[in-house]
Amino acid sequence: MIGFLLKRAGLSLVTLWLLSVLVFAGAQLLPGNIGRAMLGPFADERAVEVLNHEMGTDRPVLVQYADWISRFAVGDMGNSYAYRAPVAPFLLTGLLNSAKLALVAFLLVVPLGILGGIVAALNLGRPIDRVLTIVGLSATIVPEFVSGIVLILIFGVWLQWLPISATWPVGSGFATQVYHLLLPSIPLVLILFGYIARMTRAGMVEALDSDYTRTAILKGLPRRTVIWRHVLRNALLPTISVVATQTAYLIGGLVIIETLFHYQGIGGLIFTAASKKDFPMLQAGVLTVGAIFTLASLSADLLYGLLNPRIRVGGRE
Amino acid sequence: MNRPAHIGAAPPPDALAIEGLQVDYRVRGRLRRVLRGLDLRIGRAASYGLVGESGCGKSTAAFAAVGYLPRNGIVSGGRVMVDGRDLMGLTPDELQKLRATSVSMVYQDPGRALNPAMKIGRQLAEAFEFSQVGRSEAHDRSIVMLKSVRIADPIKVMQRYPHQLSGGMQQRICIAMALANNPALLILDEPTTGLDVTVEAEVLDLIQQLRADFQTSILFISHNLAVVAKVCDRVGVLYGGTLVEEGSTRELFDNPRHPYTVGLLRCLPARGRRKSDGPLETIRGSLPSPGAVISGCVFADRCGLSDAACRESPPPAFDLGRGHLSRCFHHDQRVPRETPRTPEATIGSGRSNAHPVLAIENLSKTFNPKGHPLPVLRQIELALAPGETLGLVGESGSGKTTFARLVLGLLEPDGGSKIMLDGKPLATRLAERTIDDVKALQIIFQNPDSALNRAHTVRRIIGRAIQRLSVTPAAAILAKLQELMEAVRVAERYLSARPRQLSGGMKQRVAIARAFAGDPRIVVCDEPTSALDVSVQAAILNLLVDLQTRRQVSYIFISHDLGVVRYLSDRIAVLYLGRLMEIGPADQVFTGPHHPYTEALLSAIPAIDNREIERIRLSGEVPSAVNPPSGCVFHTRCPRKIGAICEQREPPLSNIDARHAIRCHIPAADLARLQTGIAATIGRSAPSN
Amino acid sequence: MSIAEPTVAMPVASEEANDRRDRLRQVFRSATFLTGLAVVLFWVFCAIFGSVIVPYDPYADDLMNALMPPSAEHWFGTDQLGRDVFSRVIVGARDILTIAPLATLISTVVGTALGLVMGYFRGFIDEGISRIVDALLALPTVIVALLALVALGPSSTTVVFVIGFTFAPIIARTVRASVLAERELDYVFAAQLRRENAFHIMFVEILPNVLPPIMVEATVRLGYAIFAVASLSFIGFGIQPPSPDWGLSISANYGLIGAGYWWTVLFDGSAIATLVVAVNLMADGIQGALDE
Repeated sequence: MIGFLLKRAGLSLVTLWLLSVLVFAGAQLLPGNIGRAMLGPFADERAVEVLNHEMGTDRPVLVQYADWISRFAVGDMGNSYAYRAPVAPFLLTGLLNSAKLALVAFLLVVPLGILGGIVAALNLGRPIDRVLTIVGLSATIVPEFVSGIVLILIFGVWLQWLPISATWPVGSGFATQVYHLLLPSIPLVLILFGYIARMTRAGMVEALDSDYTRTAILKGLPRRTVIWRHVLRNALLPTISVVATQTAYLIGGLVIIETLFHYQGIGGLIFTAASKKDFPMLQAGVLTVGAIFTLASLSADLLYGLLNPRIRVGGRE
Repeated sequence: MNRPAHIGAAPPPDALAIEGLQVDYRVRGRLRRVLRGLDLRIGRAASYGLVGESGCGKSTAAFAAVGYLPRNGIVSGGRVMVDGRDLMGLTPDELQKLRATSVSMVYQDPGRALNPAMKIGRQLAEAFEFSQVGRSEAHDRSIVMLKSVRIADPIKVMQRYPHQLSGGMQQRICIAMALANNPALLILDEPTTGLDVTVEAEVLDLIQQLRADFQTSILFISHNLAVVAKVCDRVGVLYGGTLVEEGSTRELFDNPRHPYTVGLLRCLPARGRRKSDGPLETIRGSLPSPGAVISGCVFADRCGLSDAACRESPPPAFDLGRGHLSRCFHHDQRVPRETPRTPEATIGSGRSNAHPVLAIENLSKTFNPKGHPLPVLRQIELALAPGETLGLVGESGSGKTTFARLVLGLLEPDGGSKIMLDGKPLATRLAERTIDDVKALQIIFQNPDSALNRAHTVRRIIGRAIQRLSVTPAAAILAKLQELMEAVRVAERYLSARPRQLSGGMKQRVAIARAFAGDPRIVVCDEPTSALDVSVQAAILNLLVDLQTRRQVSYIFISHDLGVVRYLSDRIAVLYLGRLMEIGPADQVFTGPHHPYTEALLSAIPAIDNREIERIRLSGEVPSAVNPPSGCVFHTRCPRKIGAICEQREPPLSNIDARHAIRCHIPAADLARLQTGIAATIGRSAPSN
Repeated sequence: MSIAEPTVAMPVASEEANDRRDRLRQVFRSATFLTGLAVVLFWVFCAIFGSVIVPYDPYADDLMNALMPPSAEHWFGTDQLGRDVFSRVIVGARDILTIAPLATLISTVVGTALGLVMGYFRGFIDEGISRIVDALLALPTVIVALLALVALGPSSTTVVFVIGFTFAPIIARTVRASVLAERELDYVFAAQLRRENAFHIMFVEILPNVLPPIMVEATVRLGYAIFAVASLSFIGFGIQPPSPDWGLSISANYGLIGAGYWWTVLFDGSAIATLVVAVNLMADGIQGALDE
């Protein structure tokens, strides 16, 4: 078990490091000349040189990378080009906001999705299974901004039940915050519902068809006991990993939603940074999202290892 | 009729009574009949064996008896009475109650039958839930059950998870769960298939013992006639969803009265039969596909005795007296149970004095998963003559599959290993071998489904092998294809077929044709008939013998089926935990004197002619290869262990005869003396009828 | 007398002989597949013939008639610049139905090759590439695409390649899993024992057997490619103006919905929704047939 833990953690670190390289390469190397990219094709060559020197982007690539990553590791994420201020505080606030939105979505979608998957699996082949599957399929593929706009139209403009903007007035209480976050969270719920329900259903079907379920039924146990004690326990194991990784997506995939609802989360920050070619902010934001995802994967693996006796307890004596 | 004078309860109903059962499966909108009017009766404390090959419907019958047909299974006629209750008329609750108290089932693959996320104790205690006993009482009763299935340390085992136990133990736990509530009927569906021979023997012994202790009726389902013969009083033979013959075990096997039963018995290499005694009998044609529409007798298409009447209407059950039934119009034709032997000296015996085609010295292989050395094979040494068959025998952990892969170059052996082909050293890695070497060493795999690329046609499968492995010019490839197809007796029109359109036996023939495409010198046969039905197996074995005689090819024949090994092999090597324990001419290895492990293996094989021989029971399981026992690796289970020497020093492989070597501290003369009693009964050929 | 002659075993007259035909028939009988197919074909038709059949020029301004609600002359109303929304919606199919399938094609080809290599060779190659793939997959697609597009400058061509290469790892992962399983089958060993080279084994032996899951995955990816292109266009990093692309139109007009100009975005949104759902229904249909 410990070995498993260490190995996973080690792999995560490697992934994180590679991610940093990729992000850096993507942001710094692809454009070629940062200064040129920022000032545009018509700017004066000298101005470009000055800017490059000021930003330190005329140094050798490896030096730039080493500099950036070593500072990042201790929390110095550089200064935003757009705001001329340290990136870190913006990122932290953004992260917190995104986390709130993600939490609302998470609390709605996980029970719904799992329940949906269980109901579908227990009624395999019957109409409700088909309906749930198709609803899930459809909801999961419609882009967030499309469903977001439809929702805004219905609940925000026509019925006026929910506020269009996700940003609540400063100093609002918990309830008001949730009130504002409901509408933006629904597209997220729609997208993830299908995915979670499908995974749960697949896990359930596999467990229902397995030999050990057959043994339990033939032992004469009542159906409810069989499902509760034998099927669910094994079916939900893979679902838990999936859910854990999806929560990470919730945080990082909010670019569209936060833009649509004018919400200052990390997704919105990334978008703004992208529009303004604010590379330090962009890099830091993307790497943070990646780090969160990697951590979530790691936690999911750990959780899985804890719950799966094969890994927890080890093999034959 | 005399009624007993005392007023007692009516006699208890039969444990199982199936009357005219018809079961259909709905597949892609069509109904396929799988059971055609099955009649079966098992009395109290009786044991009944149901035998048949794949697709005969035996598992369907088993599941029908517990009311557990799959979603698309429909009972279209007849009824099933368990312990006097008609399953059709039960509510779901009543059915559940019946399963908890009156009928239990144990099936193949115990590893999957147990919940991997639950401790053994918990799963076992569940069986007592119905009786609503308290937790501590359930716990106590579980311990008692575990002891009754002869598990040594029940308290420890209760705390384990299934994946931490061996196959044999898992199956015993499943049996314990099944017998927990003392059911009237215990159904066993291929319970020992997949277990090692010695473990199987133990489990079968256990079942017999438990039957006596609990007085449970048993329905034992298997394709293995010998296993059924050992455990059951009565046997029914199922073919195409119909019970073609039924009777007491002795009666049925000594005096079979249905052509299919006779055919089945004659397909099996009877005790002591060798390939030089002539080809095995086969049953022409192939098994009917499940759900085929058949008018008349189900076996008519394949039967040599069938006539117009047979095809017109299904024969009724003819009562032959003493509970012996046969559904054959020609049941009174007596046919010898065993094909007469026609010894042919020229059948592939190989010229043992010629230079060996394959010589192996000091072959070892150690795996290193996660840094812990795992010795899988240690210092194997043997030689193979041209045209000779070497049978390789061993249970799980013996290393025989690794051996095959090493010889073929698919794995790299440890340093110091030497393989010589025709006297010249053979590169140990496949990539370094010459194309001639590669041609010379080919393989036939166990599972024909896995061995053939399902996306390719037969023409491509064999044609590609011809292209790569022989110097046939493009123009001559078709001719060679035809020649190979003919050699394996597959009609040319199947060249354009894909593997999924072929039966198991045909697929294996295609695989054999492919292996012979380059005119190999040595073919490794890795359990080539284990995945096939008995009636198909005989034909494949005959084919292999035939090819060997014509082409002077040598075989390394790996199998767990000792009867087949004995039939086919000229010499036999016995492996245990990666060590060569014995090697010698087949006859000598079988009759003795032989290694104690060989002795135990031979005594573990159930036989159809169920003579009472002194059983040597091996205790425990094969030890883990990670931590092999010191000295002689077999000493932990050896019934003839002589003392400390066995624990301290590994015996050398010493010759007890010109070509027979044994690795044991006991001198050959002593072994011969000790083993005489057994040797006399095992080794002697069966008398011909 | 012999009662059963030893002869050649004849094959089981297999119902599986018509397997492929049966499966195809099943796919086409599936209601979900057919519905999806119908909608997709409709939009393909619009993409190809749109500019010919629409009543108005999608690019023509008509400021006098700006922001008119749906009426008999303008079925879907007009947008801020007076352009006919109906015409724009129909023609808007063209760009997205060019870019997304191309991107999917690239990702399938690259991803399949990658997955085959990873699954067949295992060891260092697999580990190394897997780490990079993991790193890439640690980011939501939109963000990776965003990063690349910021750096390279957004244009339709760039979008094709960026999405193509962003999706390739996802397909590679699925392919790799299938290849790992196939690789253990004996016919692969048989091929090695014929001294076939790695290229042959991967592409001639293994690939035909992993095609079915690839097909399903590719169809699903197509849906997500449309999703991604539309989303990127919405935030300005995808298809560039003046294309009547749906995502772009929504982006330009969604500020107005508060004021009640719902027709400027709802029809474009519905177009996107119907197209992606239709593709997913097709994928479901194909997968259902393969599962049998």
